[in-house]
Amino acid sequence: MQTKDVFSPANAGPDASRRKFLGAGASLGGLALLGQAPLASAMQKMIELPMVNGSRGLAAYPQKRELIVMTARPVQLETPMAVFNEGVFTPNDAFFVRWHLANMPTSIDAATFRIKVHGLVKQPLELSVADLRNNYEQVEIAAVCQCAGNSRGLFNPRVPGGQWSNGAMGNALWKGVRLRDILNKAGIQVGAVQVRLNGADGPVLPTTPDFVKALDMDIALQEDVIVAYAMNGEPLPLLNGYPVRLVVPGWYATYWVKMLDDIEVIGKVDENFWMKPAYRIPDNPCGCVEPGQKGMAMVPINRMTVRSFITSVADGAKVKGGRLQEVKGIAFDGGYGIARVLFTTNGGKTWAETRLGKDYGKYSFREWSFAFRPRPGRRYELACLAISNNGESQRFAPRWNPSGYMRNVVEPVRVTAV
Amino acid sequence: MNTLMKPAMVCAAFIALAMSPAARTADMSAVVTIDLPGETAELKPGPGREAALANCMICHSVDYIYMQPPQTRDQWKASVVKMQKTFGAPIKDEDIDAIVGYLMSQNGKQ
Repeated sequence: MQTKDVFSPANAGPDASRRKFLGAGASLGGLALLGQAPLASAMQKMIELPMVNGSRGLAAYPQKRELIVMTARPVQLETPMAVFNEGVFTPNDAFFVRWHLANMPTSIDAATFRIKVHGLVKQPLELSVADLRNNYEQVEIAAVCQCAGNSRGLFNPRVPGGQWSNGAMGNALWKGVRLRDILNKAGIQVGAVQVRLNGADGPVLPTTPDFVKALDMDIALQEDVIVAYAMNGEPLPLLNGYPVRLVVPGWYATYWVKMLDDIEVIGKVDENFWMKPAYRIPDNPCGCVEPGQKGMAMVPINRMTVRSFITSVADGAKVKGGRLQEVKGIAFDGGYGIARVLFTTNGGKTWAETRLGKDYGKYSFREWSFAFRPRPGRRYELACLAISNNGESQRFAPRWNPSGYMRNVVEPVRVTAV
Repeated sequence: MNTLMKPAMVCAAFIALAMSPAARTADMSAVVTIDLPGETAELKPGPGREAALANCMICHSVDYIYMQPPQTRDQWKASVVKMQKTFGAPIKDEDIDAIVGYLMSQNGKQ
């Protein structure tokens, strides 16, 4: 059974559960929704992502609404695109989940949880969550958290790894304290080169490299890098790193270490597996190479590329013709802020300016909207194109790299007016 | 963590916590405990399944295998060797060919 439907005011019925279910599929672009027969849906709801081997189950994990299950252990959950149409901030219960190692705590006592600060510091610290809340300046920042490999499953040629569609991202209001205030309280010693960040998760086997990330001192000391204990005004869901995670606005989520319990100032560049060779991009301006090319210099992935998405209508949808239709979406970049989002209804022949929504800061999703009047019986190829404040725009030709990172191509959404 | 969790219907996923006062409160010092749903993906019948069963599920669920784009024999071998050498999985050298053969039967590309 295959249905194509659209998550839009025109098509959303009064039944909430049906609307939600269609929303999940619609987000992924006119996809086949499987398991709608009563018998099958009683077993497991499935959706089909637009890629070979794209069948995924839908399930509600603890503290989460129904999300797309990429893997069960370690758990990785993708957010359906329709969620991003609900508002500029991604609800905590819909925020994507990505763990690297299966031996992660499933119970956390935030009262006894401690963050060790050590290494090249004058005064090692052991901080509780209460210390963070009581003894440091509190800061709050809106920022997009996006997996480096978001959209990897859409690469062509395909590359191995987590086969995400476009939903390994989310935008939240993060509250916590500056990493630099913690480091300054501990006192940074001469010779400090990087800050190593480790979380309470660990490998199943002692022979597997623990997931540890490192930031150069100049990044770690930026005023917007925070140790966050709240997300959209609530504690973090455990699957998003309760009780505290690092927030590195503008940078890919690989550095946003969850359940952060160890901060170590080190005197050399960290070369553990998760910094080298993992999470590396070709050392050139586009971070890309020709498929199959080998032997290029690689550097750690860092700042996100500029992206935008249509969230109100899915590929393959039918829209009501003969009246004004508002198309909505989101845009974001690696920390310069969104200058413009352009929109086309004719496959890129002509572009028009969209109306940008409220500005929540340079690291946040920026909502945009565009109204057009489709004529019944006609097909439209919609697309959006974001340009950041530093002049970077999305690519028309997708970049390729061997790990499937930093996708930001302009993607068409084809609709038919009825 | 290296024992296979009993497959459970996804709709039986625990959501009790989401409803509990502890998770809802603004108190950021609570004990939070979750119960992860069981795995549903299983290794399907195929030649070499025993070798895959013994090795591939120690650290991860097998949806990791089935979600990948179809891989060539060389690509699957590279993945198995990566599991052994980089991630330290206790895969015996003499089992590699059997595992690669099984992966080719499940999700291979000629």
